[in-house]
Amino acid sequence: MTATSSSDAAPVEKKGGLVVEDLSVLLTGKDIDVVNDIDLVLKPGEVVGLVGESGSGKTTVGTSLLNYSRAGAYIGSGRVLLEGRDILSMKWQEVRQVRGEEIAYVPQDPASALNPAIRIGKQIVELLELRGIGTKESRLQGARDGLAEVGLPSDDEFLSRYAHQLSGGQVQRVALAMAFLPKPKVLVLDEPTTGLDVTTQAMVLETMAELCRTHGVSALYVTHDLAVVANIADRVAVMYAGQIAELGPKEAMFRSPSHPYTRALLDSIPHLSHARALTGIPGRTPAPGARPSGCRFNDRCAYAVDACRKDVPELREIAPDHQVRCIRAGEIGTWDISRGVVPDADPDRKRDIILSIDNLNIFYGRKHVVHNVSFDLAKAEVIALVGESGSGKTTISRSVGGLHKDWTGTITFDGDVLAKSARQRDATNRKRLQYIFQNPYLSLNPRLTIEQIVKRPMELFGIASGKEATDRVVELLDQVALGPRMLKYQASRLSGGERQRVAIARALAAEPDVLICDEITSALDVSVQGSIVALLEGLRKQRGISMLFVTHNLALVRSIGSGVQILKAGRVVESGSVVTVMETPKEEYTRNLLSKSPRID
Amino acid sequence: MTADQSHEHEHVSLSGEEAPPPPPIAPAEPGTFKKALRQKRFTVGLGITVLLVAFVIFAPYLAPYGENEVAGPPYNKATGLFGTDYLGQDVLSRVMHGGGEILLIALLGTLLGMVLGIAIGVVAAYGGGWWDEVLMRLNDVILSFPQILLALVVLTALQRPSAWVLIVLVGVSHAPRVARLARGVALGIVTRDFVIAAEALGERRSRVILAEVLPNMNAPLLAEGGLRLTYSIGLVGALGFLGFSADPGAANWGQMIQENRLGLATQPWAVLAPVLIIAIFAIGTNLMADGIAQVAQRGDN
Amino acid sequence: MTDLGTIVASPLEEVAPPRGQHGAAAWFLWIARRLGLAVLTLWLVSILVFLATAALGDPIRAILGRDYNANPGRVAELEKLLNADASIFSRYFDWLGGLLTGDLGTSLASGRPVSELISGPVQNSAMLVFLAAIVMIPVSFLIAMISVHYRRRRPDTVIQTVLLAIAGLPEFVIGVLLLALLATTVFKVFPAVTISSPTGHPWDNWKVMVLPTLTLVLWVSPYVSRIVRASLLEVIDSEYVELARLKGIPEGVVMRKHALLNAIVPGIQVIALQLAFLAGGVVVVETLFSYPGIGLQLVDSVRNHDVQVVQALSMIIASVYVVVNLIADLLSILLTPRARTAISS
Repeated sequence: MTATSSSDAAPVEKKGGLVVEDLSVLLTGKDIDVVNDIDLVLKPGEVVGLVGESGSGKTTVGTSLLNYSRAGAYIGSGRVLLEGRDILSMKWQEVRQVRGEEIAYVPQDPASALNPAIRIGKQIVELLELRGIGTKESRLQGARDGLAEVGLPSDDEFLSRYAHQLSGGQVQRVALAMAFLPKPKVLVLDEPTTGLDVTTQAMVLETMAELCRTHGVSALYVTHDLAVVANIADRVAVMYAGQIAELGPKEAMFRSPSHPYTRALLDSIPHLSHARALTGIPGRTPAPGARPSGCRFNDRCAYAVDACRKDVPELREIAPDHQVRCIRAGEIGTWDISRGVVPDADPDRKRDIILSIDNLNIFYGRKHVVHNVSFDLAKAEVIALVGESGSGKTTISRSVGGLHKDWTGTITFDGDVLAKSARQRDATNRKRLQYIFQNPYLSLNPRLTIEQIVKRPMELFGIASGKEATDRVVELLDQVALGPRMLKYQASRLSGGERQRVAIARALAAEPDVLICDEITSALDVSVQGSIVALLEGLRKQRGISMLFVTHNLALVRSIGSGVQILKAGRVVESGSVVTVMETPKEEYTRNLLSKSPRID
Repeated sequence: MTADQSHEHEHVSLSGEEAPPPPPIAPAEPGTFKKALRQKRFTVGLGITVLLVAFVIFAPYLAPYGENEVAGPPYNKATGLFGTDYLGQDVLSRVMHGGGEILLIALLGTLLGMVLGIAIGVVAAYGGGWWDEVLMRLNDVILSFPQILLALVVLTALQRPSAWVLIVLVGVSHAPRVARLARGVALGIVTRDFVIAAEALGERRSRVILAEVLPNMNAPLLAEGGLRLTYSIGLVGALGFLGFSADPGAANWGQMIQENRLGLATQPWAVLAPVLIIAIFAIGTNLMADGIAQVAQRGDN
Repeated sequence: MTDLGTIVASPLEEVAPPRGQHGAAAWFLWIARRLGLAVLTLWLVSILVFLATAALGDPIRAILGRDYNANPGRVAELEKLLNADASIFSRYFDWLGGLLTGDLGTSLASGRPVSELISGPVQNSAMLVFLAAIVMIPVSFLIAMISVHYRRRRPDTVIQTVLLAIAGLPEFVIGVLLLALLATTVFKVFPAVTISSPTGHPWDNWKVMVLPTLTLVLWVSPYVSRIVRASLLEVIDSEYVELARLKGIPEGVVMRKHALLNAIVPGIQVIALQLAFLAGGVVVVETLFSYPGIGLQLVDSVRNHDVQVVQALSMIIASVYVVVNLIADLLSILLTPRARTAISS
């Protein structure tokens, strides 16, 4: 908790709002910066979106505003001015006084951030009680009003619940109510809607925006999701590798982004209104201590020149209130949001059916979770299964893949009726139907090398062995854009995107005709998602592979799918070609999903 | 007892989401053993253990007196380094001769307990359902006996325990405890997608266990093995102390404590020498186990 | 977002409040199930005890040793006592029936009823374990809290290293070292052996109790303390403690209200295990200090192959383990809201 104050700088006086100057956070004992050179202003009543991918340091900046850093890191320099008072140079008793009452924090994952052993009513009023603010009755009334404000029940029964008795959206709204109760001036929200369904997310975001408006609170909204930011923020700051790369009003940021990183990020995001050829950003975000000299993005930047490798560029103003940390910002041309738009998949193309699912009913024990689902999949086609959590989309894909065996109905694969579990199916069908899992951190055995992992299906299905198999592994790795030096690595050395590519290579090693992709991009950053989607599209075109693509992201469906099944509570609500369903949805549920999905287009 | 299940988070984590990606690439992740070697407590423990094992193996050839040789009057402090015991045998020589049985039984008993326990635990976790239920119920039965009690109950009906009986007793009393841990660790692995992926490919079940599940358990299991060895030393020593050893005439650290107890006031070294060497042995193996446990906790993330 | 876990309850679906009358029935079912399992375990334990003592070897041969062939009269007498002619099943059920009706049989060695022989030692051992627990629990928690207060700094490291060293030591090593230090060699403060009158209790002279209690405490506290420290640390690193700090809650309140409350359950579990562990520890400790409890009696009976006494004592120790575990489970559930509400709804 050290803080140096540069005393000669003129204090910025403002009523409300928050000013961050030259903030840096370092790793304890190593003097490696996690974030540095952060300057940011939150005007009163304004919502600023702080956007970044994994490893960008956005959460670190968020908690620094409360003079807090996690174990292993400390705030090295800078000032955080709240009405002219520097929070970083306060005594810690004062800091504690500021926390909660003046600056409140809404956590990333409220399900684990609410104490599991304290009833929520008690947790909401805890701070006021400790500070002795108000009377017992007024505090309780405040809690009730707060809960009502976020659209939750405020009766005694609800107040006496524990966090685990609430749903994800409820927990998040409780966290919001708790943060607002002491009437803070500034709010720091750390990815508060990650993991929520779009409808729940929309509800939480509306609530938040409404509260900020009515109470005149300024907010820093930390997130990885540009689309969310496009919906709620007044201004946007894009972070990369511990620095702010670009900062400006929302409209400017989405209409004329000027940093190559911002542009690449926007290029990798799917749109609801058009199919896009998504692209990714090559390489991976460098970790603290491994960042390149000069511009931190130079090793992944398409526009980098020698000068970019020399000095760290300063943030400079290119338009009113719009700053960019790039020396070539004026030279790299303009950008257009509709860049990359491609025609939608033709709804009237000829279909050559390879997999058909007929009257599928799935059970967990006595629970009937999927009801009468039928659809089919043609060669070189991508059918998307879309739904919120609990819709049964993953359950369907697992049953088709033979990972879940408690189902009835018929699944026909190229003329063969498939047995319930993978073990009962014959080797050919196992080989031709490959499953790719959601979380690449769990789907690769950390004890095996990449070579062993990718080779195994070839040995098992008698496709190749020995030297020949190794050669084919190298070929496959090349196809998924991984170099041959990966062969001897263990999966634990790879980034999430690289792992998912290995998982795809493993599936390809079996020479499949159908891939079942279970939310395979949802654990990855958007720029990585973009490149994975591009890879899958290439495989579909070149190899004619068909895919069952499970996702909760409707925009992604537009870019990757040709057909779509919208699921709700284990039933198909609407189905058809992607264009038809997304342009002219017939069902209320689909329309609702589409309208609640955050969009940047 | 169960393994030390402490969950210390001593690594630096900046935030859940921003765990720094691994440093610029070493070809393969170092094995548990190599990682453990970087722990001071592990190297110290390993050093002590290796020295003691060497002592147990080679000391009998270097002992100044024979195992049952009378060196002087009983409880004589003047003879040799540690004086004599209740029969006038040289304490130092008895200590030098007396580690074989304890080491052999502790090692083999631990090994047996580990093998049995891992087999039970992994089958229960991987088999699930009915297998799990039955195996764990039976496990509970043996768990209800403190380890020493299990040994004593069986020894009641036997005239004289042979070394094999003691090994089996030590092993069987460890097995359910190891099994509980192994099951817990295995449960965390069999539900991971790479095991399910192997199932979906149609790998044989034995291969799934041997190639996918077990290799991911080695750090916690090694730690448990070290801990079990520590407890085995205590258990075998305690049995010797209670008068249950395979050969009552032979020198045996545990039994030496029993034999010379009454002389503790007059010739403390006759008791303290074997006690201290058992203590050092146990501390060594325990440090080693804890060093591996630290590595196991940090795990793959 | 795998649906597997969440498929049952959609997040949009409001969670039903705990239902009162339903809750009581659920609790009753749960407790009945746990009791049933405990009884099943004890029944299997009885089979194991019986088989190990009566069927594994020949106790009569073991008792008589060389006299076995020389003294057929005594053999016949013992066979009659053990009812050796009957089948193993009928002997087992006779014995089990006796256990259930409180008839523990007759000691082979002394010819007196087992229940009479063991009642004194049972009380003495209970007292010893009770004293050890009363000292061990606060001491372990205190050490853990001191350690956590200085977490990852020097005092913590020193405490952890010392605890780690002691944690590996067998009970007899600790006992002998304490004897040498406090009774026989360095300081002669406490008696080395327990002398008590046949009519009185050993704890009539408090000094007698010190060394056995201390040995047990030193034997188990390091372990308990390390576990409690670990679970406290885990809680302290948790997100809800972080949020409490970011909310501006004073550190003392964070520790007491947010951390300790959630760390107490693992503490209860480990204490229960250790109490059962103490029941095994008394065997060696009582022998070392000649303390007249069930441990000493058990060792004597094993040496004398006194099958009936060993059977009775083993059943008592195993029952203590099962009961203590049952209580610990119950307490853990009561103190964990998630588990509690899971049962009642």
